[in-house]
Amino acid sequence: MLKVENLEVYYGGIHALKGVSLEVQSGQVVSLVGANGAGKSTTLRSILGLVKATSGSILFNGEEITNLPTHEIVKRGLLLSPEGRHIFPNLSVRENLLIGAYLRKDSPGIAKDMDQVYQLFPRLRERLYQKGGTLSGGEQQMLAIGRALMGRPKLLALDEPSLGLAPLLVKEVFAVLQEINRAGTTILLVEQNAASALKIAQQAYVLETGRIVLAGSGSDLLNNKKVRQAYLGG
Amino acid sequence: MKRSTQVTLTSISLLLLAAAIWWASGNLNSYYSRVANTAAIYITAAVSFNLINGVVGELSLGPNGFMALGGYTAAILLLPVAQKEMVYFLEPMVWPLGSFSLPPQLFIVALLAAGIIAGIGAFIVGWPCLRLKGDYLAIATFGFGEIIIVLANNLLSVTNGALGIKGLPELTNLWWTWGTAVVTILVVKNLVNSTYGRAMRAIRDNEVAAEAMGINVTKTKMIAFVVSGFFGGVSGALLTILISTISPTLFMFTMTFNLLIIIVLGGLGSITGSVLTAIIFTVLQELLRTVEAPFSLGFIQLPGVPGMRMVVFSALLVVLMLYYRKGICGSWEFSWEWLLRKLGRKEVDQWNQPMQDQY
Repeated sequence: MLKVENLEVYYGGIHALKGVSLEVQSGQVVSLVGANGAGKSTTLRSILGLVKATSGSILFNGEEITNLPTHEIVKRGLLLSPEGRHIFPNLSVRENLLIGAYLRKDSPGIAKDMDQVYQLFPRLRERLYQKGGTLSGGEQQMLAIGRALMGRPKLLALDEPSLGLAPLLVKEVFAVLQEINRAGTTILLVEQNAASALKIAQQAYVLETGRIVLAGSGSDLLNNKKVRQAYLGG
Repeated sequence: MKRSTQVTLTSISLLLLAAAIWWASGNLNSYYSRVANTAAIYITAAVSFNLINGVVGELSLGPNGFMALGGYTAAILLLPVAQKEMVYFLEPMVWPLGSFSLPPQLFIVALLAAGIIAGIGAFIVGWPCLRLKGDYLAIATFGFGEIIIVLANNLLSVTNGALGIKGLPELTNLWWTWGTAVVTILVVKNLVNSTYGRAMRAIRDNEVAAEAMGINVTKTKMIAFVVSGFFGGVSGALLTILISTISPTLFMFTMTFNLLIIIVLGGLGSITGSVLTAIIFTVLQELLRTVEAPFSLGFIQLPGVPGMRMVVFSALLVVLMLYYRKGICGSWEFSWEWLLRKLGRKEVDQWNQPMQDQY
């Protein structure tokens, strides 16, 4: 579904990605783990066209999308829920969700998906006319995920969905991600919380200073000695 | 609340406004009707300026440039041919501008042309600037306003330079100014509540996230900027025709400064705030004429200081920024629901409102 080959990105003078290659099969959950500054977010952002790639190619369903404008990429069914709960604080919860469906024109479908998001996150329904900025951290993360779902993406890319959340909420978020995946959405997940991310992943990659150093199934990496030492605390 | 109720209430209030204008056109003396006209023109200019500065959150410093473009367009189109030969005595007017003029019945054509020319100006400035993030728009629009004034001073065969254009037909009246203000408010309000408007507010809140949601950021900003420029041009044309003369000094940077005061005092992004403060500002400007007049403190005589009003306004702005940063209205917006709730007619549960608008 998504195929990234030899992706190189420079941030100013910094060589952030030094030839990243990865593949996401339709229906999978694919996790990208690594330490701070390894280039996980940069990988997602360049896939979405938010950062320009210097070289390499990104294929989405066989189509070259490298360096297309972001809105063109989103149109093709690839949506990013950005890091740090980038919700719109002065828009109501409902408006936040509608922005997620910005490129869609099918009103009945949008209404149906709204209902689905409420079922997934009942708490959002209670806060529908509240401003996004007044939500708690966990609710904002739910809103960010719900908003991304409103675009009915074929591939949902999530950047650190568990960042800054209480452990119980992290569990809840990961459960929801699995539910979304079961409903048919392919997920590309970037996480620092390596244990949780590997547990739900069919395929996973470990990034280190702009390079993929390990690849394999989620459970393989979970049992890999090097990964355990570096990211899972022994 | 049902949509039909809202439409009814809006129609009733528009009828009341029409009745008020009808009464005012017959009964106000020329001074008061000048103030009322100016207030409406400031409403048009401020509401359109607020669209780019408040709703989209891009700092523009060039509304004086767009108003000047609109003003000169209307002046050149409406000045009678005979008058053109008299006014342009330094250099004859360039062909074909000097050889035709619109009859007064076609005032609306002149207003639309003023808006379109200003909109084109906005497009030209916005095209390179709005694809960049940061303060480029502020710098470029500031420069644009200055360029328009330099051009107005030097393009003698088009603008008659510093002498300006005099003897324009006095076509602006309360119907035109308040009518335009109402149209501007309705257009901007509907735009803000549309899908595009939601995207504009999303850009103001978080440009990166808006982009990630698939919003074409440059295009959305462009729409706001061009609409803003259009109504800016129309307001400039109305002001020019109201005072029946135009010269480069009419649309100096002070105009932008006035509009900035209005939209910041009213609350960035709030149409209601812009409307209220536009009226307050116009009235205050008249009342504060006293501080510019010479006055005596018994033992000493103080000469009148022109420009003293602006000192008062600046001080007011500083005080407001210190103690009331969000302005009079903040991001609050008038709605009929709010009014009915205040009147206690109906208790509306805020969190369980039925969805009124279409997806």
